[in-house]
Amino acid sequence: MVNNEDSVISLRGVAKHFGAVRAVDDVSFEIRRGEFFSLLGPSGCGKTTLLRLLAGFDFPTQGEILIDGQPMSSVPPYKRPTNTVFQSYAIFPHLSVAENIGYGLRKKGLSKRELAESVHQALEQMKLAGYGSRAAHQLSGGHRQRVALARALVCRPKVLLLDEPLGALDRKLREAMQIELRQLQRSVGITFVFVTHDQEEALSLSDRIAVMSKGRVLQIDSAARLYEVPNCRLVADFIGSMNFFDGSIKCVDNGHVIVDVGPAGSLCVPKIQKNVELGAEVTVAVRPEKVHIEWRAPKPKGNAIVGRIADESYLGDRSHYYVEVPGMIRRVCVAHQNAERFRRSIESHGRQVWLTWSTESAVLLPRE
Amino acid sequence: MASVTGGPLVGHARSRPLSQRFRALLLRSEALRGYILLTPTLLVMFLLLVVPLCGMIAFSFFTQVYFDIDFTLTLKNYWSIIKPGAGNTYLGIPFPFETPVYTILLVKSLLMSLVATSVIVLMAYPMAYFIAFRATNHKFLWLVLITVPLWTSYLLRVFAWKVILGHNGVLNSGLISIGVIEEPLGFLLYNPAAVIITLTHAWLAFAILPIYVSLEKIDRSLLEAATDLGDSKLIRFLRVTLPLSLPGVISSALMVFIPTVGDYVTPAQVGGTSGIMIGTIIQRQFGAANNWPLGSALSIFMMLAVTAIVCLFLWGVGNDRIKARGA
Repeated sequence: MVNNEDSVISLRGVAKHFGAVRAVDDVSFEIRRGEFFSLLGPSGCGKTTLLRLLAGFDFPTQGEILIDGQPMSSVPPYKRPTNTVFQSYAIFPHLSVAENIGYGLRKKGLSKRELAESVHQALEQMKLAGYGSRAAHQLSGGHRQRVALARALVCRPKVLLLDEPLGALDRKLREAMQIELRQLQRSVGITFVFVTHDQEEALSLSDRIAVMSKGRVLQIDSAARLYEVPNCRLVADFIGSMNFFDGSIKCVDNGHVIVDVGPAGSLCVPKIQKNVELGAEVTVAVRPEKVHIEWRAPKPKGNAIVGRIADESYLGDRSHYYVEVPGMIRRVCVAHQNAERFRRSIESHGRQVWLTWSTESAVLLPRE
Repeated sequence: MASVTGGPLVGHARSRPLSQRFRALLLRSEALRGYILLTPTLLVMFLLLVVPLCGMIAFSFFTQVYFDIDFTLTLKNYWSIIKPGAGNTYLGIPFPFETPVYTILLVKSLLMSLVATSVIVLMAYPMAYFIAFRATNHKFLWLVLITVPLWTSYLLRVFAWKVILGHNGVLNSGLISIGVIEEPLGFLLYNPAAVIITLTHAWLAFAILPIYVSLEKIDRSLLEAATDLGDSKLIRFLRVTLPLSLPGVISSALMVFIPTVGDYVTPAQVGGTSGIMIGTIIQRQFGAANNWPLGSALSIFMMLAVTAIVCLFLWGVGNDRIKARGA
């Protein structure tokens, strides 16, 4: 096992079983110091369980968690260098905002003045100045969220654990809080571990993201690499939308792979994997916005497949065309930017179109 | 605006049949619906609480002359309770009244109730805590089990303690048969301790439920948050669980304290002469002594004392909370 200097959390074969359910199943990875790390996955994928293991509310069935180099298997939550922002915020209803924020400071042996000073600074930092004496039930959702954040951050943890903290906010507020959260993380420099099921949120906030499914970590990468170079179909499908063409490898040259996808023809994909076997069952994946729609037959170069427009949905900034391609069960989705107003006046339904994309846009995935 | 929209609406409403108008009124007025819902309770309360209470207040200003009631209004009964005189001392406190027994009994009743209430709350809390936090699968079973003592009558439960603590009772004969003692212990029954034990047993089940409800309502993530912020289990209990369950503790305490002060069945059965309480004296006025006016005055005297103590208690608790908020 590599334990490089800049990792603040390392998980080694961590598993958590609830009866027969493997909520977390043999997970090993490292979280770097000072990074914004997200655990992303659909509900029930084990991301919250993993966060609870880090916080110490649950203990792993197998494996070891190291925080700052220290094994955590016998450390109760109140002795861990972590603090948590709860999904429900868990603001103490019998305490004022200031008392809530100062809650974790009591045992640090600060004087009354130092404590008041820390709380005051936290209030200022979270733009809550003047709210200190309010009762918890007088706060709006956004303010509760800030109090929860301030309460955790004021303890100066080594790692801040956030359990879907923006889930309960409305869309506008959530977007504003995302930006603030990112700036806050940069300014305090504390490692954030952020659990979310919202892929856009994870993509826009995180330095690195671990995509989870059924208790396992599928891929850990930066947002851009997860989106552009997913390593399996599940990741490709979960993050953004993706068109998949199942086929088999027909020919391999240096740098490219030609995949036979049946009646639709052959597709050319860049070769990024080392061992590619001829005849292997694979899937070619292309993002809808990478596909161009041509109304006339293009020059025979690069990838092009023929189909008919079966459906169209107008989304304001873009339109989605759903194209039926012979030999394919799922329709191919094409995202078309509506760069000009009212340009889409052409009657499109049932029209024959040619779909093209550059070779570099496609990804070769193993078949599942 | 109001007159424009309101005018035709009212006119329209008048033309509809009465039943529809009533239904519309009912649907529109939440207060009316509330009062209708309350009506049966209010009726019962009025007939069985307000009317007798008024009667008792009236009686307390009358006087008993042998077998007749003198209906002239007078404060004589109250004066007889607090009329200064040579007095007596109880627990070292002087009671300088001509008939000190009333005030002494009142203070004694309050003290005994207070002790019983404290014991009950201290015993009820761990049980409620256990059901709320530890009994994960069989909560309902536990709640039913707690009510089991209530399935027998109150009087029977009091008698049961007489059987347990009596001269030839379960406890004495048990201790004799295993050879711990040779002669039955005489101090078990007919004293204030026996009254307190019996009251504790009789009222414990009532105290568990409010505490249980207030504990059950506590959001579990608050407890995790407290742990996360550095509290060990004990500290967390003192800083989060206990303050949040305080409403349940208060209602439990009041629910036990108020009725036990005036209880006369338990002291009459297991209290003997030393375990006598104010309720016994009041009951005697309405029975053997046949002095309803004095009994009424004593009842009202006791009610005022209990009200004063409850108000003081609530004020103290409320004040404490306000202070905590301000800090």
